[in-house]
Amino acid sequence: MRTLIFRTIAPYLASLMVLFSIFVLLRGHNEPGGGFIAGLIAASAFAIYGIACGVSPVRRAIYFHPMTISGIGLLSAASAGLMSIFAGTPFLTGLWAPIDVLGVHVDLSSVLLFDVGVYLVVLGSLTSIALGLEEREERI
Amino acid sequence: MAADGPLLTFFVLILPFIAAGLAPLLTRWLAHNAAWVLALAPLFIFYHFAGFLPSVAAGEPVAGGYSWIERLNVEFSWYLDGLSLTFALLISGIGTLVVLYSGGYLKGNPQQGRFFSFILMFMGAMQGLVVADSFLMLFVFWELTSITSFLLIGFDHVREASRRAALQALVVTGAGGLSLLAGLLVITSITGEHSLSAILDSDALRASPLYIAALLLILGGAFTKSAQFPFHFWLPNAMEAPTPVSAYLHSATMVKAGVYLLMRLNPVMGETVAWETILPIFGGTTLLVGTLLAVRQTDLKLMLAYTTVASLGLLVMLTGFGSKVAVEAAVLYLIAHSMFKGALFMVAGAIDHETGTRDITQLGGIGRAMPITFAAAVLAALSMGGLPPFFGFLAKEEIYAGLATGAGWGILLTVVALIGNALMFAIGFAVGLKPFTGARVETPKTPHEGPILLWLGPLVLAVSGLVSALLSEGSHHLISSPMASAVYGEPVSIHISVIPHIGMPLLLSVITVALGILAYMSLARGRAAMTSTLAAIGWGPDRGFDQAIRGLIRSSYSVTGVIQSGRLDNYVTTVFTVLIAALFVPMLVFDELPAIPTFSPLHFYEWAVLAVAFIGLGAVVWARDRLTAIVSLGIQGFAVALIFMLLGAPDLSFTQFMVETLAVVILALVMTRLRLSPTDHRPTREKVPDVLIAVACGLGLSLFLLRVIELPFDTTLSVFFAENSRVIAHGRNIVNVILVDFRGLDTLGEIAVVMIAGLAILALVRIRPGRAQVDLKSARERES
Repeated sequence: MRTLIFRTIAPYLASLMVLFSIFVLLRGHNEPGGGFIAGLIAASAFAIYGIACGVSPVRRAIYFHPMTISGIGLLSAASAGLMSIFAGTPFLTGLWAPIDVLGVHVDLSSVLLFDVGVYLVVLGSLTSIALGLEEREERI
Repeated sequence: MAADGPLLTFFVLILPFIAAGLAPLLTRWLAHNAAWVLALAPLFIFYHFAGFLPSVAAGEPVAGGYSWIERLNVEFSWYLDGLSLTFALLISGIGTLVVLYSGGYLKGNPQQGRFFSFILMFMGAMQGLVVADSFLMLFVFWELTSITSFLLIGFDHVREASRRAALQALVVTGAGGLSLLAGLLVITSITGEHSLSAILDSDALRASPLYIAALLLILGGAFTKSAQFPFHFWLPNAMEAPTPVSAYLHSATMVKAGVYLLMRLNPVMGETVAWETILPIFGGTTLLVGTLLAVRQTDLKLMLAYTTVASLGLLVMLTGFGSKVAVEAAVLYLIAHSMFKGALFMVAGAIDHETGTRDITQLGGIGRAMPITFAAAVLAALSMGGLPPFFGFLAKEEIYAGLATGAGWGILLTVVALIGNALMFAIGFAVGLKPFTGARVETPKTPHEGPILLWLGPLVLAVSGLVSALLSEGSHHLISSPMASAVYGEPVSIHISVIPHIGMPLLLSVITVALGILAYMSLARGRAAMTSTLAAIGWGPDRGFDQAIRGLIRSSYSVTGVIQSGRLDNYVTTVFTVLIAALFVPMLVFDELPAIPTFSPLHFYEWAVLAVAFIGLGAVVWARDRLTAIVSLGIQGFAVALIFMLLGAPDLSFTQFMVETLAVVILALVMTRLRLSPTDHRPTREKVPDVLIAVACGLGLSLFLLRVIELPFDTTLSVFFAENSRVIAHGRNIVNVILVDFRGLDTLGEIAVVMIAGLAILALVRIRPGRAQVDLKSARERES
């Protein structure tokens, strides 16, 4: 699998895919996309990078253990739900805080944080599985 | 309700838990002297509850609490009448002394902070148990005492005997707890009430046809907790715990929880034939068995433990006897027992601490070296023996006055009580007198008087056994009479005092003392006789417990062996066979097969996508090697994703593309890792069943989907989502809005599952052959 062409192109491909996954994540609320799909795309990106260049560069690149990322995701999704305590509304009620950044209208919301959580969980879990399988004799 | 309001009482109820949290820190700073600070918590509780004494003595119970979950009738509420208040005072009062004693007993133990923490937690649980009004609170605190008792018995967890005893206590009392829960549920369903105070003056329970069921379940809880025969065996084993625990949990407080429950329910469940038959029989048997087994022991703590079992039997017997005087006797004996037995346990611990042995045959003549402990021991033994002018004497007089009524049951039970009391007299002096007097015997350590922390507790308890009897007028007015009234259900006033009254009870007392002295003199012979008798019987509930546990483990191994074959193809076959049954059986039984559908004509590009899907499928089936099959499966999946796209579901299609891609990648990686042979070499006859299962599954799902489509489509939800997605949730992509907002809780559950599955898979991937192999057989050998 580790042909020269693949190895050369994989880092670019992977980074583009990660970028694209973030785009898909953010547009998800209004256009096709969302945390789940974006997470799958990002996980494929890391899987491809791992197949092409070996697992250690991927692990170095993402810095955290993939399962840690997954855990952070679950935590953010749960805390997005818990935020509604402060508003006195039931668990997971969406909260919205529209702000204007440099003249652009942005809707910040607990729902977005929740979706980011979904993204991170899917990304982390699948990357962890894929990397675990790609690593053969190397120490995990 | 008292003027200080419920807030302070609530604080007092959680104070032990707060102290438990602080205990390890304090112990780190102050070492064993932390006991002085920590004892302030129970002392304050004692002071607070003592403030209720006048109003309770005047016949006005203190009640209070907070509503917790109103719709489920869950409350955090308490109810303090004479019974609860006496228990609360015993728990906090003896608790103060035990905390101090623990400071001396476990001095220098690196785990002392942990110990303080556990014992304070237990105190909080026990406190909650006796003041609880709502059933739920009662049950929760009941179980908490079992759990904290488990932690305390197993405190010295490196020793196997400790671990076994802890587990045994937890299993027995935990099972009893479940029985209690069921009993409380039955009571709730009979009366419709959720709290003790609400049922206290109703007759509904006795009249109900479910009375016997409720009674047996409640007794299951009470008898296991209070170590009634044949559930008594866990209590002597629990002596593996450090001595402060034995003094506190296993004599003065926790084991009395069952008696408390019986006393509490006496006004509503007592005075029936079942109550007045079962309780005296079990109580009387326990009394006899307990004292006889106590005679056999040579270990001071075990002797005391068996007499505790016997005393609990006596209490149950008296509670079940049903007469007013018997109830008074039970109340007096309970108070007396908590004081003298707590003191004697602490004395036994102090002897052990100072001499290095608890074996009565290895002890003698240490009285001169430990004068204060000796004094406390003798005072406590005198109370246990029921001699005037001690509180134990009042209790014993009342016991005989209650039982010796001349009726049929009464005579038998009087004899039982007489034998039991005489033997307890002997044991009491064997523990409280024998080690201190006689010729000096060499002990592993040279004894000298322990520090104040070690003798303060027993001395205070022993002296209070004397003072409370001398001032019997006041102690009856404030404590015994209100408690007896609560147990009996009607106002009762106790008048017995230390001045002996000529009569039947006094005569029986004299006989008891005479028999007791006789038994004390011939204790060694009795021990030998009991040992040989028990050896002849050879089996006991303790061994029965082990056999039951072993049987449970063995049967779970055999069940696991059948269900878990360890072969993936078996699991998959089972899962899919069940799926087939689940799909076909309802359709065939209820005649719900779909009608033949009518297809609208397809466009040519739709035909093309379908053709790709079928080619992919064909390739899977006829592929030469596994890798090709996996990739072909991916092709088929892509075609399906295209169909979704054509039908206008971009999100679904998008996801399908990604899932198919990743599935192919991961399956291929798994294949390379498993090092399977590239092709399937099985003969045709082994493939046929798999083919059949696959075809049946596919067919079943298709039929099922067709049938679902034929049903009229309820559009309520889709209309709601379409209308509100933009308005309420500020999103135009309905699918995403449903996922992250409308049905966010589902998604939260799903991502939790994703993560757990990820962890599980990671663990599987990390297993290397030859390492971390689970070997059932060797595990089993270790167990048995």
